[in-house]
Amino acid sequence: MKDYELIVVGGGPAGLAAAAGAWEAGLRKILIVERDVELGGILNQCIHNGFGLHYFKEELTGPEYAGRFIKRLAGTDIEVLSDTMVLDVTEGPAVLVSGRECGCRLIQADSVVLAMGCRERTRGAISIPGSRPAGIFTAGTAQRYINIEGYMVGSRVVILGSGDIGLIMARRLTLEGAKVLACVEVMPHPGGLSRNIAQCLNDFNIPLYLSHTVTDIIGKDRVEKVIVSQVDERRRPIPGTEMEFECDTLLLSVGLIPENELSRRAGIEIDPRTNGPVVYGSMETSMPGVFACGNVVHVHDLVDNVSDEGERAGRSAAEYVLGGDKDAAPDGKAVSLKNGEGVTYTVPQHIYPSAGAADVYFRVAHTFDKSVIRVLDDGEEVLSFRRARMAPGEMEKITIPADKAAALKGTVTVLAQEA
Amino acid sequence: MAHEFICTVCPRGCHLRVDDDMNVTGNSCPRGVKYAIAEVTAPTRVVTSTVRINGAALRRCPVRTAAPIPKGLMGEAVKALSDVTLTAPVETGDVVIADVLGTGVDFIATKTFAKV
Ligand SMILES: Cc1cc2nc3c(=O)[nH]c(=O)nc-3n(C[C@H](O)[C@H](O)[C@H](O)COP(=O)(O)OP(=O)(O)OC[C@H]3O[C@@H](n4cnc5c(N)ncnc54)[C@H](O)[C@@H]3O)c2cc1C
Ligand code: SF4
Repeated sequence: MKDYELIVVGGGPAGLAAAAGAWEAGLRKILIVERDVELGGILNQCIHNGFGLHYFKEELTGPEYAGRFIKRLAGTDIEVLSDTMVLDVTEGPAVLVSGRECGCRLIQADSVVLAMGCRERTRGAISIPGSRPAGIFTAGTAQRYINIEGYMVGSRVVILGSGDIGLIMARRLTLEGAKVLACVEVMPHPGGLSRNIAQCLNDFNIPLYLSHTVTDIIGKDRVEKVIVSQVDERRRPIPGTEMEFECDTLLLSVGLIPENELSRRAGIEIDPRTNGPVVYGSMETSMPGVFACGNVVHVHDLVDNVSDEGERAGRSAAEYVLGGDKDAAPDGKAVSLKNGEGVTYTVPQHIYPSAGAADVYFRVAHTFDKSVIRVLDDGEEVLSFRRARMAPGEMEKITIPADKAAALKGTVTVLAQEA
Repeated sequence: MAHEFICTVCPRGCHLRVDDDMNVTGNSCPRGVKYAIAEVTAPTRVVTSTVRINGAALRRCPVRTAAPIPKGLMGEAVKALSDVTLTAPVETGDVVIADVLGTGVDFIATKTFAKV
């Protein structure tokens, strides 16, 4: 017999929901492995409110949201191994862990859920010219310093990138007494949620420079100033548009990348559009018995969606384990989902028509006013959805009802058009 | 003068417009109307921050106002927290400062810390 029915890699909201979902679906031997000393993942440093409006129908802070799930686990026999790193996931499946308490060992399981989250893109990943002084942080690192460790990162700050973490940090730093001089975004549209633009920049009169980027960083030991330039449609700096900001800190909020070293090494198929594993509607990856959910699959802006996806992965793992015949794929053939015009990716990438209603998540390529989302089966429209407004910073979700899903035969395309 | 802003009640972020007669447009649900009127007459915000904590595994305990407070008081409310030091154990929901700046709203802890 295997050591566990299910091992969950990562104890953030995705992993917590997966474990809870699997428990409620009947699994009894479940282990969560978390490299940090506490459960909750990124939520522990997200002390702002705005979590849980869909899932709990009230507005919570990150730690409160995590706390609800941790409490739910307390009523079960789900085991947690914290301060322990998963080094490898191998076929079987099995998980190689290393931790102070358990040493280094291989644990066998009937199924595995990958829930490692994502990490921030760094300055190297987007290559800004200039010198290399102290005072340059990714926004999430600064968030951790301030909210968990209790250190202030600087007093005059420029933020590059208008992703949600950067916006949240603009407000946080201002309330803690720093002066945030500007938020600079290379794209013509903001990266984060509209509500964060409103509450974190507009409330404090922090200017947002769209179609601008940092073109130079000046300073010997510590950042002294940054140069910001306007960019053209092809994102090239326009000479003569330089602005100088005297500051001691530059925060980078330039995007998140799903953390998939483990998945890649395991030979799991990765989608180059999302940088996450290719998944079926059940959240199963290309490796049988290995499921994935949360930011490791694609970057989410709402934790509520992460919890939904996590529960689905957990329930699917339970079905897989309790279903007996491990080799039996669901009835019939899977169909593939492709992104058409105006859409940058879809998750899942494959669905089984026989598996019932299918939730499909995706992002649009640019902002849309009154618009329509169309679902085509081999070029023929089978469904459409109207939207008043869509933006790349806000993940979209459509549900293909069970009867429509059952009729799908060919390649399914999801596209977005102005109405 | 008409006001235009983004509804922040839920993540959908509808673009609201309020005219001189307090007519609201652009909302997708009734909560947007309530928010828009409040935003024009007396804007409020939930404030989140952290305070020192002794005797716990970490050094900072996250807190929030239990309800929204007037927007203009945000900065002063956060300043008031610098005088506070908690001692573990702390439960989520414990009052950190009662009746912040006479608003009738408390600052509460948003995380549970065991004593170590
Ligand atoms: C700054 C910020 C602000 C946000 N604001 C909001 C908001 O206002 N409202 C909202 O709804 N959503 C918000 N989100 C989104 C939401 O919080 C995230 O989408 C969600 O937390 C992702 O959950 P996750 O479990 O996939 O990843 P994470 O929370 O990152 O959890 C992954 C966990 O896996 C662990 N792990 C990784 N690799 C290993 C390994 N090899 N071995 C063991 N453990 C490992 C990590 O330590 C971590 O605990 C925000 C996100 C961020 C980053
Ligand atoms: S109007 Fe309603 S749906 Fe739109 S953002 Fe406000 S609360 Fe959400």
